[in-house]
Amino acid sequence: MRHHDASAVQPGAAAFAAAFLLFSLFLLSQLTAETRFSAGGKLFAQPRFWPAIGVAGMSLFGVFHFWNAWKARQEGGLAEAAVWLRALEYFAWFMAYVAAVPFAGYLLATILFTVLLAVRQGYGTFRQLAAAAALGAGIVLVFKTALAVKIPGGAIYDILPSGLRSFMILNF
Amino acid sequence: MDILLSALAILARWDVAAALVVGSVGGVMIGAIPGVGPAVAIAILLPATFALDPIVGLTALLGIYGSSMYGGAIPAILINTPGTAVNALTTYEGTPMTKRGEARRALSLAYSASFFGGVFSVVCLILLAPVLAWIAPMFGSREIFLAALLGVILVVLAHRGQVLAAGMLACLGIWLNTVGLEPVQYSKRYTFGQSWLAGGVDLIVVVLGLFALSQAFVLLVEPDKRSKAEAVKGGLFAGFKELAVCKRVAAVSSSFGVMMGMIPGVGEFTAQFLSYTYAQRTSRKPDEFGNGSPEGLVASEAANNAVPAAAMIPLLALGIPGEALTAMMLSVFYVHSVVPGPQLFQNQMDFVVALYIALLILNVLVLAFLLYATNSLLKVIEIPTRFLGVAVLTLSFVGVYSLRNSAVDCAVAAGFGIFGFILKRLGLPIVPIILGMVLGGIMEAKLRTSMMRVDTPLDFISRPIAFVLFLIILAVVASHFWSLWRGRRPASRVQDD
Repeated sequence: MRHHDASAVQPGAAAFAAAFLLFSLFLLSQLTAETRFSAGGKLFAQPRFWPAIGVAGMSLFGVFHFWNAWKARQEGGLAEAAVWLRALEYFAWFMAYVAAVPFAGYLLATILFTVLLAVRQGYGTFRQLAAAAALGAGIVLVFKTALAVKIPGGAIYDILPSGLRSFMILNF
Repeated sequence: MDILLSALAILARWDVAAALVVGSVGGVMIGAIPGVGPAVAIAILLPATFALDPIVGLTALLGIYGSSMYGGAIPAILINTPGTAVNALTTYEGTPMTKRGEARRALSLAYSASFFGGVFSVVCLILLAPVLAWIAPMFGSREIFLAALLGVILVVLAHRGQVLAAGMLACLGIWLNTVGLEPVQYSKRYTFGQSWLAGGVDLIVVVLGLFALSQAFVLLVEPDKRSKAEAVKGGLFAGFKELAVCKRVAAVSSSFGVMMGMIPGVGEFTAQFLSYTYAQRTSRKPDEFGNGSPEGLVASEAANNAVPAAAMIPLLALGIPGEALTAMMLSVFYVHSVVPGPQLFQNQMDFVVALYIALLILNVLVLAFLLYATNSLLKVIEIPTRFLGVAVLTLSFVGVYSLRNSAVDCAVAAGFGIFGFILKRLGLPIVPIILGMVLGGIMEAKLRTSMMRVDTPLDFISRPIAFVLFLIILAVVASHFWSLWRGRRPASRVQDD
């Protein structure tokens, strides 16, 4: 099957296609272990039927996509992979923020997060950092205080007097 | 009349009015910021709307969806950068007009064409409502299965030049939907013994990862960009007079928008392409296209703004979302136990009409806002992209964490964020994953139900609508292979020679 795939010619496309195909083949190899086939049941009602459609489709399309990407592979794959790894830094930033909220509370954790991340992004003037802090505070005011989205209070609020603690848990 | 009055009563609430204003103004602002877009905003706001009444939450999300393309025209015209992806064609005509000192004319024409497209599609929706109410109950399990299958096929084939990649990603979505407890026999599927996978992979978590977090990573990793747009002097009302000159192009483009919006998986890009091609072929000045043609601008803006209302048709009538944004809205319905589909048209027609009226009001609000506040909006365009990345990453946390206060959800969303980041870097499509997840679930449930009622495979297509859908599927697949074969033919002939 010959098919022109525009995305297959990007640097790194072959590496991605290979990784996706390996993942698909791994899932396919686990099909019988990770899904059940009830004896006597209709094929379409089997718990295994739709996972099989999914992983078989992933593998089949994945083979052709990999074939196209491999034929059209470009220089610069390693540089592209390095850019992918750079995104992992912000994965770590995000997870650190997730871990900080239950301890520091939503308001403090968010302001710290926006200001520190702004510094990491190269913003250093007082105006820029004030804007980052205002952004953090604004997000908390809109979502937690006004829209009352479900974000629990931080452990740090336990050190506050009871009236203030309730206020902070409810609003920030 | 009773339905209309009941619909007006549903809308006559302060919170619905507030949602309309916030959604429309917020949507325009989000649309005007290059690099954010309505998908990111809707993904972030989705969990926040779960606490609201369905009409309030849906109105806010519809506001963002319907108004973002209005806003996206501003940077497309003034700084040659489309605010949303579907405004790309607007840059071809808007930027040359700005360069020759006609920015006001271009913006005015874009607003009036967008308004025309938006209102035209809502009027079509209202006129089609009785037909939909008549047809929708004829859709049983097998028809909905076939319509969902058609949706998956169209989503894959609509990605011309990337069909293989779109196919594998749609299948990834179908597989992701099966992870966790199987809904009838309660057997575990692909949980690998992990308790956190037993509940399955949440659609909202995946949506937030693939759309919001991935975009945050893109903005944070790539170099900082700052844009500066010149203020527009004078009023913006003149576009309506000029639109009257291009009324044929506006009407045909809006019709393309409505038709393409109704077909799952097709959407704004195809509508724009067809409209633009039509406008160029029938224009008295085809050479102006690409150099600042008012007709080209009208074709682009009228077509893409006609799509959102039309995209609600398969969602409301059949419960089948045609693209990622309506797939996200489907979850708002489910959270509130409102099941879109034939039953909605039979039992809650007033709710459907209320949504139509909300869309109509929305277009008026957006136009009024833009006519008076365009210059204020230019400040939004000037926000540096890395700062936007900080904002999107922080907002993504609210979206994911407020679902279940789960750090695992956040890690999964961030993982999908990295995956989405790689897909974006490689220019691969994200939408097939989301539609694979949503339509995969619908297909699994409907195929199981319908196969219990058929004895032979032919019984499956014995009903008229099922048979027609089956023929359409065959025709779509056959036409794709036909176009592939035609694409190969010249090369073979050259080789033969």
